[in-house]
Amino acid sequence: MTTTTIAETRGDRIFLIGVKTMLWITLILVLIPLIYVVANSFSSASAVSAGRVFLWPVEPSLRAYQEALSDPQILKGYYNSLIYAVGGTLISVTLTIAIAYPLSRRRFFGRNVIMSLLLFTMLFSGGLIPTYLVVQDLGMLNTRWAMVIPSAIGVWQVIIARTFFRSTIPDDLYEAAVLDGASDLRFLWSVVLPLSKPVIAVIALMYAIFQWNTYFDALIYLKDPGLYPLQIVLRNILILNSTTGSASDVAQQLERQQLANVLKYALIVISSLPVLLIYPLIARHFTKGVMVGAVKG
Amino acid sequence: MSGTIEVKPAPPAPAAARVVRSARRPGRGRRPVRRRRTEAWRSLRRHWQLYLLVLIPLAYFVIFKYIPISNAVIAFKNYSPIKGPWGSDWVGFKNFELFFANPVFWTLLKNTFILAAYTVLASFPIPIILAIALNEIRNGLFKRTVQLVTYAPYFISTVVVVSMTILVLSPRIGFVDDAIGLFGIPAVDFLGDPNYFRHIYVWSDVWQTTGYSAVIYMAALAGIDPALHESAKIDGASRIRRILHVDLPGIMPTAVIILVLGVGNIMAIGFEKVFLLQNPLNLAQSEIIATYVYKTGLLNADFSMATAVGLFNSVINLFLLLAVNFAAKRITGNGLWS
Repeated sequence: MTTTTIAETRGDRIFLIGVKTMLWITLILVLIPLIYVVANSFSSASAVSAGRVFLWPVEPSLRAYQEALSDPQILKGYYNSLIYAVGGTLISVTLTIAIAYPLSRRRFFGRNVIMSLLLFTMLFSGGLIPTYLVVQDLGMLNTRWAMVIPSAIGVWQVIIARTFFRSTIPDDLYEAAVLDGASDLRFLWSVVLPLSKPVIAVIALMYAIFQWNTYFDALIYLKDPGLYPLQIVLRNILILNSTTGSASDVAQQLERQQLANVLKYALIVISSLPVLLIYPLIARHFTKGVMVGAVKG
Repeated sequence: MSGTIEVKPAPPAPAAARVVRSARRPGRGRRPVRRRRTEAWRSLRRHWQLYLLVLIPLAYFVIFKYIPISNAVIAFKNYSPIKGPWGSDWVGFKNFELFFANPVFWTLLKNTFILAAYTVLASFPIPIILAIALNEIRNGLFKRTVQLVTYAPYFISTVVVVSMTILVLSPRIGFVDDAIGLFGIPAVDFLGDPNYFRHIYVWSDVWQTTGYSAVIYMAALAGIDPALHESAKIDGASRIRRILHVDLPGIMPTAVIILVLGVGNIMAIGFEKVFLLQNPLNLAQSEIIATYVYKTGLLNADFSMATAVGLFNSVINLFLLLAVNFAAKRITGNGLWS
């Protein structure tokens, strides 16, 4: 009896070592590209172009950051993205609560029909062109509205908010408020919303990060470079290799080309920084949000 | 979806829904109908503010989700911007026939299907393995670090992930070529060769989403009754045995749903990343239905054809989802909409 226990413990111990090794390898595999990008962004243009940088900056330099942060195109993109993220999030959160709260109320007649209407849109859509036609007919093409309205409400976020309201706002609370003469809107504003700060934060961050990271709507709806969000500017510089500025002679041209490579790494860092900085603070809530949504009603 | 991913105690089953359903039961005559109608009136009068609140979001869904569905009739028409979607002339299935007869059709179908299937195959099991591994080790700094780090790439934008991929793989400045150079393999132009496209797409996706996808399994694992593990331990079950006989069955319902969603959405594979990774050299394998729709519709302005292709894709996808869900329910008893 004792021998078997010991033998098994040893087997378990070896197994655990294996598990830990695997997790270490996973950790390293995820980290390497991230560190590589950061190391390159702080290196000199010639070192980057020669491929001499791996996980530590070579010939440290801040030149790429200076260049990136003085580029009007990039700054404009940053500014536009901020507008879309803040404005879009405000609109999205308001509309999401406006539909999720009534849907959470058991006495709200017709909520099953409305919920089915919403869920169906997750299964089937008219497609790219039919949606484009609607945006066009509304006169939203090439305006800031096209960035925040067509994708304003996510069904997933509605489900998360609705589930939260349903599981944390007891019916008794509503009955008590009604006895005190509160209307539905008053109850929502003074009781439900203050109690729902965590879920509002979660869906707001989901919408904000989505707005910050998306480029598709901008690609199809916007033509004016002055309206481009950061992601489109990034795509032009990082993937389509359109360099900014012009060079007069050959030496300068070579330098520009080398600089273009470092600039890419610096841009990646600059554009991802806001999200990666706030993400550890919210990761826990984000996880909770995902799980609340998973408890489908 | 009963009893699947319940992390919190599930909200009590909708009582009102049950009432409504029982009211529909046959053999009760016509009274229930009248009662439903009065119930609706009372609800409307009493809660008119709630209906007011719902109005704008509902208008959003009608305008941006349902009108596009009705606009999709242009798939069966010769769309003219002047006449509008409903006023344009009918052409029946002409657009579909043209598309099926086009040699590009089979390539598109094949590329879309293989890419999506490969993605599902790779990104389904890996998060489960990560979640189980994390579940095996003690709560502590290491566990938190692994979770935080693997979760991070999910928050990086597609544009940035794609450009990181391109930079890392680029023959001159990237490190991947240096790494394989250590084994004596000559430099490869990964993005210029169509044969590498699928691997690049799928494995950069795994890099980005594994940590995020593992979260849901971690939740399912946390929901397993500790008593099961205790009794298995007393019976002398090793860690591997407990994973196989306690953990895996415990997360099975969750896994089935994720797999159903994955397989069911196989034709709806995202446009964003494929489009960014595309270049004239790898087009042979990187052109999929979604990117073709974008090019025919918005770049060539052939609205009717693009809509027909998109509609074909949506319908196939819907049927696939329903079929897979049906099969999953038959085989495992779990599925969407229980």
